[in-house]
Amino acid sequence: MQPFRKHTGIVVPLDKVNVDTDQIIPKQFLKRIERTGFGRFLFYDWRFSGDGKESGTKTGDFVLDAPRYAGASILVAGKNFGCGSSREHAVWALADFGFRVVIASSFADIFANNSLKNGLLTVRLSDEQVAEIIRRSKQIANYRLSVDLEALRLDDGQGFEAKFTMDEFSRHCLLNGLDDIGLTLQHEAEIAAYEAKHPVPSEMEIDMKTILAR
Amino acid sequence: MDRQWAKLESMPRTLFEKIWDAHVVAAPTGQSALLYIDLHLVHEVTSPQAFDGLRANGRRVRQPLRTVATVDHNIPTTPRGLPIADAIAAKQIEALQNNCREFGVPLFDMDSAEQGIVHVIGPELGITLPGMTIVCGDSHTSTHGAFGSLAFGIGTSEVEHVLATQCLPQNKPKTMQILVRGNLAEGVTAKDLALGIIGRIGTDGATGYVIEYAGDAVRALSMEGRMTLCNMSIEAGARAGLIAPDETTFAYVDGRRFAPKGKDWEEALASWRTLASDAGAQFDRVIQIDAAALAPFVTWGTNPGMVVAVNARVPELTSFAQEGDRRAAEQALAYMGLEPGMPIENIAVDRVFIGSCTNSRIEDLRSAARVAKGQHVSPKVRAMVVPGSQAIKHAAEKEGLHRIFLDAGFEWRESGCSMCLGMNPDILQPGERCASTSNRNFEGRQGRGGRTHLVSPMMAAAAAIAGHFTDIRNWQFR
Repeated sequence: MQPFRKHTGIVVPLDKVNVDTDQIIPKQFLKRIERTGFGRFLFYDWRFSGDGKESGTKTGDFVLDAPRYAGASILVAGKNFGCGSSREHAVWALADFGFRVVIASSFADIFANNSLKNGLLTVRLSDEQVAEIIRRSKQIANYRLSVDLEALRLDDGQGFEAKFTMDEFSRHCLLNGLDDIGLTLQHEAEIAAYEAKHPVPSEMEIDMKTILAR
Repeated sequence: MDRQWAKLESMPRTLFEKIWDAHVVAAPTGQSALLYIDLHLVHEVTSPQAFDGLRANGRRVRQPLRTVATVDHNIPTTPRGLPIADAIAAKQIEALQNNCREFGVPLFDMDSAEQGIVHVIGPELGITLPGMTIVCGDSHTSTHGAFGSLAFGIGTSEVEHVLATQCLPQNKPKTMQILVRGNLAEGVTAKDLALGIIGRIGTDGATGYVIEYAGDAVRALSMEGRMTLCNMSIEAGARAGLIAPDETTFAYVDGRRFAPKGKDWEEALASWRTLASDAGAQFDRVIQIDAAALAPFVTWGTNPGMVVAVNARVPELTSFAQEGDRRAAEQALAYMGLEPGMPIENIAVDRVFIGSCTNSRIEDLRSAARVAKGQHVSPKVRAMVVPGSQAIKHAAEKEGLHRIFLDAGFEWRESGCSMCLGMNPDILQPGERCASTSNRNFEGRQGRGGRTHLVSPMMAAAAAIAGHFTDIRNWQFR
C-alpha cells in the first residue's frame, strides 16, 4: 500500500451531504475484475451524459471537470460521505482519479475502512470547518491545503488550519504503508490456537465437501 | 489480576459484547483487536480482486470450509438455460468459478438448486447460525444479525484479509439499543419498522454503532421480518444490527441442511440460549420507538431516510431545519420529479419490483400474493417478482403463489439481486418510477435516471394493481 505522510494539493468542493458509493462509482462499472482503471468512471452519472455505458460524453458542468479544479487531489464534501454499498471500487475510483485525501464531517464506516486499505486519507472535521474549506475552495483560485498525517493537522497557508484525529493503529499503518494481512499473520500461533478450540462444525465440513466434489 | 478478571466476567454484557469477546483472537497493545470470522460469504462482484491479491502474494484460502460462494449480483433473472448476453458479467462469473475451483471454496453456482442471493441462502441453508461472526463483501450482510450473529459488510481488501487469515482487525464499535414497544398494526411490516427507524435517526444515525433491536414488536416478528429489519441497519449507517435469538430463531434453524444435528444441536441450543444482553448491560445509546405509531411508509427522496407515511404528503422544503438537508431535499425532489406537499397516494408508478435481500423471502411473496390474488396489474405498470433463491422459487411454486402472480400480470423470474441494484439487465429506464421492495433509493440505483420508492411487499403489490401508491390498510383483499 502507498504510504501517506504529507500531502499538498488543490482542493475541490463537492458541496453535498450523504454522497453514496452508487454516485461515486455506478454499478455498471463493478463488473470489471481489475483493481485499476476506475478513475475515468468516477461520479460517472454526474459527469457524463449518455446511456451509462463506458462511451458517455462529458457534460463539463460537474465541479470535478471545471478547469479551475484541474489536478485536484483533495476532495471536500458534506456529512456521511461514502454511505451505502461496501464497494471498494469507490475508493479505487477516487484514488485512481488522483485523490489522496477526502475531507468531510463524517464518513460511512465501510468507506472509511476501505480508504485506509488503499492509502486514501479520510479527514474528519467539524461541520463549520468543512463549510469554511468549501467556502475558501470556491472563492480562492488555486486553493490548496497541506495535510500532515504525522502532525495530524492541515493548513492552507492563508490563515486556516485545523487539527484532526485518527486512531493510532490506523495512522501507523497509513504512515508506513503496512500490509495488514502481514501483520495479522504475525499472530499465526494465536489464530491456530483459536482454531484448535473452534473447529469447523462437522455438519458443515462433511456437507461442504460433497459440494466441492460435485 | 484474577480478581479483576472475575469482576470483568461478572459485569453485565450486551449480546454484541458477548459475541465480540468470544471471537477475539488477539488484542495486541496499540492495535485493533483481531476478530475470528466464523463464516465468510463470497459473491462474484467484490471478490475477483481479492483472489488476485492472494495469488500475487502466494497465499491460500485459510479456511475454505468457512467460506461459501454463490452468484447473485450480476446474473440475469431470465430462464437459467439461456447464455449470459453481457460478456463482462459472464467473465466475472467465470472468474468466481475459477477462483473457487483453484482455492477449494464451495460454490453454489448458477445452475445449482441452492443458488440465491447470498443473504437469503445463508439462513435458508442453516449456514447462518446464532453467535457467529459473519462477513461478506456486501453491506447488507447485516441481514444475518437476525439470528443473533455479528454480521457486517466489508470491502474487497478485507475480503482478501479474511480469505488469507480468517481474521479481521477491528476497532470495537459502540452499541445502540433500539427498543420497539407495543405492536405493529395490521398492514405495517418489518420493512415499515425499518423505514420508520431510519426516517427518525437518519442515514447516518447509527454510524459507528452496532444496533440491537429489542422490545415486543421485534419479538413478535418472524425470522423473515427480523432479517428485513436487520438488513436495513446499514441504511441507518450501522456497522451491524442484531436480535437476540429465541424460540422463533431456534425453530427456524432446526433441521436446516447445514445446521447442527442430534447431540450437536442440543449443545448448540444450550449455548445459544445464553445469547441475550444481560439485565443491566449498558448501551452507549438507547432509542425508543412506539410501534403503534408507525404506518406503511413510502420513500419520497434519494436516500432511505427521506420517508413518510403513505397517507402523508411529500414534505415542504421549509420543514428542514438544516441548510444542507434542505438543499439535499430540493435536489432529491428535482431528481424524483415530485412537488412539495403532493399527497403520496397521488404518485403514479411505471414499474414494480418485488425482490432483493430485503424482501424476497417466502413470507414476503406470500404477503404480496395475498394482495395480488384475484386482481390485475394496472395496464400502465410493468411488475416483476424475483424470488431470493431457487429454494424460495420452488417453495412458492409448490404453494401456487406463482400462479397468483402470473394470473395478475406480474412477471415471475429466476432468483438474484436483480433490479435492487440493476447490475443485470433488470433496470429502470430514465424517468421511470418504481415501487420497490429493495433497500436503496439512491439516484440511478435501479438504472440511470430511474426513480425508486422503497415500500413493503404488500405496498408494492398494491401499487402495481392500483397504478399508484395506496394505503394497504384500506385494501379490499379478494
